[in-house]
Amino acid sequence: MSETTISPVGPLGMITLRGDHAVLAPAIDQVLKAGMPAQRMMTRDDSSSILWMSPDELLVICDHGAAPGLADDLRGALGGAFATVAVVSDARVAFDIKGAGARDVIMRLSPVDFARLAPTEVRRTRLALIPAALWQIEDGIRVVCFRSVADYALDLLSDAAA
Amino acid sequence: MSGRLAKGGRLIDRTAPVSFTFDGRQMRGYRGDTLASALLANGQLLMGRSFKYHRPRSVVASGPEEPNALMAIGQGDHFTPNQRATDQALFDGLKAQSQNAWPSLSFDIGRVNDLVARALPAGFYYKTFMHPRPLWKHVFEPVIRKAAGLGPAPRERDGDRYAFRYAFCDTLVVGGGIAGLTAALGAAQSGERVMLIERSGHWGGRAPVDGARIDGVDAQDWVNDRLQRLETMDNVTIVSRCEGSGVYDHGYVLCNEIRDDGKLAEVVWRVRAGRVIAATGALERPLSFAGNDVPGVVLAGALRDYVVDYGVSLGDRTVIVTNNDDAYRTAKVLLAAGLRVPAIIDARPAPDSPLISEIKALGVTVHAGRGIAKVMGSDKVRGVAVCLQAGEGSVLQEIACDCVAMSGGWSPVVHLWSHCGGKLWWDADRAMFRPDATRPPTGADGQGFVTAVGGASGALTTSEVLADAAQAVGIASPEAAAEDTAPIMPVWVMPHGAGRELRAKMWLDYQNDVKVSDVRLAAQEGFESVEHAKRYTTLGMATDQGKLSNINGLAVLADRLDQAIPDVGTTTFRPPYTPVTIGALAGEAHGTLFQPIRKTPMHDWHEARGAYMEPVGQWRRPYCYPVGRESHAEAVTREVKNTRQSLGLLDASTLGKILVRGPDAGRFLDMIYTNMMSTLKVGRCRYGLMCDENGFLMDDGVVARIDDQTWLCHTTTGGADHIHGWMEDWLQCEWWDWKVHTVNLTEQYAQIAVVGPNARKTLEALGGMDVSADSLPFMAWADGTLGGFDVRAYRISFSGELSYEIAVPAAQGQALWDALLQAGAAFDVTPYGTEALHVLRAEKGFIMIGDETDGTVIPQDLGLDWAISKKKDDFLGKRGQQRVEFHKPDRWKLVGLETLDGSVLEDGAYAIGQGTNANGQRNTEGRVTSTYYSPTLDRGIAMGLVARGPDRMGEVLHFTRIGKDPVEARIVSSVFFDPEGAKQNV
Repeated sequence: MSETTISPVGPLGMITLRGDHAVLAPAIDQVLKAGMPAQRMMTRDDSSSILWMSPDELLVICDHGAAPGLADDLRGALGGAFATVAVVSDARVAFDIKGAGARDVIMRLSPVDFARLAPTEVRRTRLALIPAALWQIEDGIRVVCFRSVADYALDLLSDAAA
Repeated sequence: MSGRLAKGGRLIDRTAPVSFTFDGRQMRGYRGDTLASALLANGQLLMGRSFKYHRPRSVVASGPEEPNALMAIGQGDHFTPNQRATDQALFDGLKAQSQNAWPSLSFDIGRVNDLVARALPAGFYYKTFMHPRPLWKHVFEPVIRKAAGLGPAPRERDGDRYAFRYAFCDTLVVGGGIAGLTAALGAAQSGERVMLIERSGHWGGRAPVDGARIDGVDAQDWVNDRLQRLETMDNVTIVSRCEGSGVYDHGYVLCNEIRDDGKLAEVVWRVRAGRVIAATGALERPLSFAGNDVPGVVLAGALRDYVVDYGVSLGDRTVIVTNNDDAYRTAKVLLAAGLRVPAIIDARPAPDSPLISEIKALGVTVHAGRGIAKVMGSDKVRGVAVCLQAGEGSVLQEIACDCVAMSGGWSPVVHLWSHCGGKLWWDADRAMFRPDATRPPTGADGQGFVTAVGGASGALTTSEVLADAAQAVGIASPEAAAEDTAPIMPVWVMPHGAGRELRAKMWLDYQNDVKVSDVRLAAQEGFESVEHAKRYTTLGMATDQGKLSNINGLAVLADRLDQAIPDVGTTTFRPPYTPVTIGALAGEAHGTLFQPIRKTPMHDWHEARGAYMEPVGQWRRPYCYPVGRESHAEAVTREVKNTRQSLGLLDASTLGKILVRGPDAGRFLDMIYTNMMSTLKVGRCRYGLMCDENGFLMDDGVVARIDDQTWLCHTTTGGADHIHGWMEDWLQCEWWDWKVHTVNLTEQYAQIAVVGPNARKTLEALGGMDVSADSLPFMAWADGTLGGFDVRAYRISFSGELSYEIAVPAAQGQALWDALLQAGAAFDVTPYGTEALHVLRAEKGFIMIGDETDGTVIPQDLGLDWAISKKKDDFLGKRGQQRVEFHKPDRWKLVGLETLDGSVLEDGAYAIGQGTNANGQRNTEGRVTSTYYSPTLDRGIAMGLVARGPDRMGEVLHFTRIGKDPVEARIVSSVFFDPEGAKQNV
């Protein structure tokens, strides 16, 4: 697995949206191009991704600097609807695992069935002892976890790739 | 003696010699050997000492069921005790050490136990527990502790690395014998995702050894062909040296792979399988005759393995003793290898089958209706005394030999079937417990999810095994000739009428030294349940978990109780099938990966500054920052004084920060907190308490009203995740129609407390927002900028000083910290840790969750009645707090405590009350909850819970000290410093 690389992903913008998806959908469609994701899936365009997190939660991933403005736009589009928008860009970190052994790395740490994982599926799971979410990217897998355990996550991934 | 034969050994490579050591002696084997076969090849028959009597022992088996040949493998940080030599693959440089022998394997002092065996009967331990008691403590225990135990525990940190691997499949086939290969190929051909594992390093199980022919070719060729076909299929995962350890609910199976590839020692596969096919074969049972544990007495099938697989013999002349046809194959193998079989002793009166005729035709004498009265020899077999099986053991003749091959029939390996509740039935014709296909272990859908096939389901012949496996996956069975065998005759004691003396030399459980006489004694003393008899005698309790002894033992028990074997039943089969090392179960969790450590954005700065870190939940927080040669106590004193006098900085990022938002958020928080949060004005903060349904104080913190519909709730560091979960629990399960969202923002923000008389000047030096008393009064918050950072400033204080907590997005935490250090330099800014935080809050009488509370304390106990709303109809804990118990006047309540001599009370010390309780213990009337040296007051201060405490101001109590006389302390107010709050409100 020597060809497998683990690299931290530079700061990402992240926005949590909570609310009934029927309530969120018009605002998502108005503000973002990617469109509403189906259950457990994500949608992407050039500037952002929208991840289905739970029956009443979405996560928008965008450029770090764009998050506050995008959050304001979403709040505006939602108007008085019962929904919550929170910028959480600094709460998480992301790692890209790339190369032929990428799946082998994750299969040591997370109970993920890659054979049944759709190309745009977001898997909320765990990385050994910490919560994590992951999805497939070109030539690998992207993992996000909470910021406070970034060192642990990097140690884990590096150990599994060694 | 044992040794290597000139020819044969299908698993060894005679061109690849391997050197290893046993008890320090250099020996040689071949690649493909097991440690056991290599030891035998070197003439090393003696391989261990039994647990209780220290009797000399050699291998009795050739696989996972081996009870005797346990070795310590490796040394230093690569050391594993209790490894079965029969399972241990030989490798160059292997170091093996015998166990349980002192001073040496060949001369063992513990052997004296054997000579006084009468003094160590069944239940010996329990009996010595009971009577006479002084003897246990001073005589038996020290002796037993020295003699007991198998291998030594490793002394060094494990140098090996381990890993988990998660896998998913439709069908997991455990066992790579002909049944497993048949089932795997059948399942794979129907398109299923198949995982096939085999615990040994080779495929085909017993079939190649026993000379089976399948589909017209030799078993080995057939096996190779099947394996090749499976290897080419994309939907099949094949893992060898991987044991099915345990089956759990929902198709979860743990498999333990021995990797030893230089990177990983072992891999634990955590498999989620749609169904499990247990093709785990069967284990041969020993026969119970006197001296059946003498080195050289071996299972008949195992002896075939040693000869065929490894080209090793245990002796030139082998007497075979059996109650079934299968052992006759051993005669065939031995004769083919040029060895002698002086006699076959068959307990059956008139056995007759084609195989028996074939062996007789080779010139072997069969003694029908006979048994072994006893084995002659102590350290090795010298011969057997033959008797009538039906009699009491009168010796008819003696036959000289150096090996005895025994077979008491076969027991299906039903472990994986049974782990999750699969039931068994007793097949009297085959004398075995078999999986009851009508009562399998069931999954979530109520359907069985484990199928036992082949030997594991009770099939005995090649054709039966294949047909059974093929049927399980719905394919046509491979062809094998039917075999005509004579029926087995159950023999549980040999000879049938053996007296007390012979029964005391018949071993059931080799490893734990349990004999037929012990099980009979247990039954006689009333331990009639098989589970009780097991624990009383220790039958089946050793590392082999009774693989050889369980059936024989319960049959003896049934006979003694005059019950049928199925009525007695088996003990419970529990995972793992064979022992799994703790390292393998820990997986990657060692060193820095042992557990996740949560770090704040300023963590690296704290460490670089030399902070002494302490765990708070999973976080590491600075306890104090010693400077130079300063002690921790000196550092804390300096940090407290500087903060009170000028300026301190605290990394408060770990505090929980939960956003609560929505039209019903105010109503929700009024239920969650004991006090009123809905009336809090935008821009203001309020301290609040949270109780559980029983009314006990659970968490506290400051709540800020952000806007009309939004509140931000600060929780304790350790409580953040729990409180978030608690809120979601109520919202999702109870108040599901309330319009409230929560978002846990704990990790999004770094938060820094700027504390002390110069706090405001420091922020003003950074410049930006107005932090004056008028614009930002006590218990207010505001958004703004400070030194160019976008911040939210909370004017709150947990120290009694002028104090601001400044929140910024986490990525800017370190930069803001640096800016505050720079701006505060003029005021001798002092970063302080959690201990100074504690001292500062204790001087002010502020409570700490986890110190003043322990899950049994209500807010009223702490004098926090002011924070419990009287106006609200309801809040979580309100009903609980109405309990009579909580209104008793003598409840222990919070007070301050000051020692008369100024010393610091011991943490957790008790106030000594009058008289004694029902147990004759001294009554207590209070205890210390927080106690510190106060640098501000230069004396010890403490808080504690004392019976009727607030009503007893000025009273002097006596508090315990460990190893010293009690110390006197006076009940005082819990607010020691600045009771008017003048310092924080400036």
